[in-house]
Amino acid sequence: MRVLLVDDEIEFVSALAERLTLRGLEAQTAGSGVEALRKIDASPPDVVLLDVLMPGMSGLEVLKQIKKDHPQVQVILLTGRGSWDGIQGIREGAYDCLMKPIQIEELLQIMTDAVESGRKNRTQKGA
Amino acid sequence: MLSWLRQKLTAFVGSLRELPDYAESPERYKILRRNMIILMLVVTLLPLFLMGLINHYLYRQTMHDEIVQPLKILVNKTRHSFEVFLAERLSAVSFIASSHTCEELADTNNLNRIFTVMKKEFSGVVDLGFLNPSGLQVSYDGPYNLRGKDYTEQDWYRETRVRGSYISDVFLGYRKLPHIVMAVERSATGTGTCSGCVLRATIDTNRFKELLAAMRVDPASDVFLLNKSGVFQTPSKYYGEVLETFPMPLPPLSYEPNVAELRDSRGQEVMLTYAYFESLPFILMVVKPRSQVMQAWYTLKTEAFFVFAIGVVIIFVVIFKLVDKLVKRLEESDLRREMAYREMQESSKLASIGRLAAGVAHEVNNPLAIINEKAGLIKDLAEFTPDFPQKDRLLPLTGAILQSVDRCRTITQRLLGFARRMDVSIQMLSLNEVIEEVLGFLEKEALHRNIDVQLNLAKDLPRIASDRGQLQQVFLNILNNAFDAVRDGGKVAITSFEVDVDTVGVSIQDDGQGMTQETMAHLFEPFFTTKKGYGTGLGLSITYGIVKKLGGDIKVKSQLGAGATFTVFLPKKALPLARE
Repeated sequence: MRVLLVDDEIEFVSALAERLTLRGLEAQTAGSGVEALRKIDASPPDVVLLDVLMPGMSGLEVLKQIKKDHPQVQVILLTGRGSWDGIQGIREGAYDCLMKPIQIEELLQIMTDAVESGRKNRTQKGA
Repeated sequence: MLSWLRQKLTAFVGSLRELPDYAESPERYKILRRNMIILMLVVTLLPLFLMGLINHYLYRQTMHDEIVQPLKILVNKTRHSFEVFLAERLSAVSFIASSHTCEELADTNNLNRIFTVMKKEFSGVVDLGFLNPSGLQVSYDGPYNLRGKDYTEQDWYRETRVRGSYISDVFLGYRKLPHIVMAVERSATGTGTCSGCVLRATIDTNRFKELLAAMRVDPASDVFLLNKSGVFQTPSKYYGEVLETFPMPLPPLSYEPNVAELRDSRGQEVMLTYAYFESLPFILMVVKPRSQVMQAWYTLKTEAFFVFAIGVVIIFVVIFKLVDKLVKRLEESDLRREMAYREMQESSKLASIGRLAAGVAHEVNNPLAIINEKAGLIKDLAEFTPDFPQKDRLLPLTGAILQSVDRCRTITQRLLGFARRMDVSIQMLSLNEVIEEVLGFLEKEALHRNIDVQLNLAKDLPRIASDRGQLQQVFLNILNNAFDAVRDGGKVAITSFEVDVDTVGVSIQDDGQGMTQETMAHLFEPFFTTKKGYGTGLGLSITYGIVKKLGGDIKVKSQLGAGATFTVFLPKKALPLARE
């Protein structure tokens, strides 16, 4: 599974990326929305882990852009705040929303479900 | 002294005018109550008293007049009767005197004849006599032997000679009986040449009594005739016999019937209705005890006073009660307002704390996430590297760090939950979790009744944004119905699945008695129930309402005898109406 982690908190994102790599995933990081979109355009991942609160482009704006340009990419939002981000995110097409600090096992499960779900929907739609 | 009084009064009036609204002490309600009572009492009682007073005097006057007026009329009429009575007889005498010559009148036989006729025609004539110009009664007819009597010295004779005709007041003459005399001097213009002869008749005062009796005054009253010197002409019930003197001063001259009020010789308050005769020497008088006159007035006064007193009492009671109730309400509403205000302050304080807490939690979550990942990474490195140095020491250490992070996480979750509790309850949740929670409530029953609960919950069921509490309600209701439908040892199967990219579904199937098409048509209607006697018929209608509100749908499939399947569809995203 190919994952892109997007968060302006470098320490957090780098540690998480390494942990995912240890578990056999291909993890990349981006420190801003702009950087993330560039990397996605270059090489779309399976899942994007997106922090909601970022300077510059907000997580939601990035989400909208991703869903517009790369609808097959599943997005999972990360937030330190509350469920409101989650609800908005879901409306914009995110698969789920998790609260920081996250349980890595839970994250892995949800990512797997997301990819599986995306694949199922594509086959259903005959994409 | 006066200035002190004035000071007190001004202070009092001032306190009345500015009813203290926002004084802090609990005294303020007492003061308010007192002031309102006083004000209302004054406003209601003052006019009442004034009215009462005015009416008192008005009515007294009216009642007085009502008694007095008829009496005056009666006196007038009776006086008139007297005048007519006496005028008739005087006319008769005058006529007789004028129509006969002196010689005719001097003849006793003639006189007898005339007198007989006169007696027949006019009641009350006792005798008739004819006097010659020297005052000697030369002819006479009557019950007494008075022929030849000399009347020159008598007042009435002198008056008659002077005036030409004369009616006397009552006196005891030769006969020692009360009578009046009317006499006419024969004028020169009459038949014949005699002048200075006098024709005289005596009138019985019994007729007077009869005339007075005809007035029919009430038994407590006294009516009598006086002469202008106050001598009784007729007997009085209370004040004296004929020819005695009226024991009180005479009322002032008045030809119009008039009323005088005074205390009589017996010490009683009486009302005198009287009238002086104009051409006759009499006064007609009716004496009525004042108490009787005013009897009706006293009765009215007592009754009115009664009503007035009751009215005042009622006013007092009503005002006191009303003011009490009013002030109590005011007190209550003030209290409630204060409480509401305080509550508002509290809740706004809580809201601020909530927001603060949320801010703190959020701020803390970020570094917490860093610690989590870093420690997690250390642990991962230790775990994934086969010969990691000091692995045994490292793992517990990182484990401890991660545990602490979890504890902090719980705390920040709680803080955020606290903030959120103010508003809405939409959250990201796992439907499977909710179902399992709800099943927890029904565990005991399932065990008791040996109901086989089969769970086919999709492992990768995506989380949805919804209201946890309401979803619990929905599933609890449907599961309850399922449990009610199956027999002991029956089966309930719960399946959760992803329908499409936007929707998830949960179906609950039971092998119970099932439903008819008829029942299914009315299933979600309010107050529709098949549980006669103990079902409210509201469960499914509420459930339907909740699901619809959450943006979902419910479908039912059933056959009589073959169980039923309820399927709930829910959107992954909450409806736009759900806001935080």
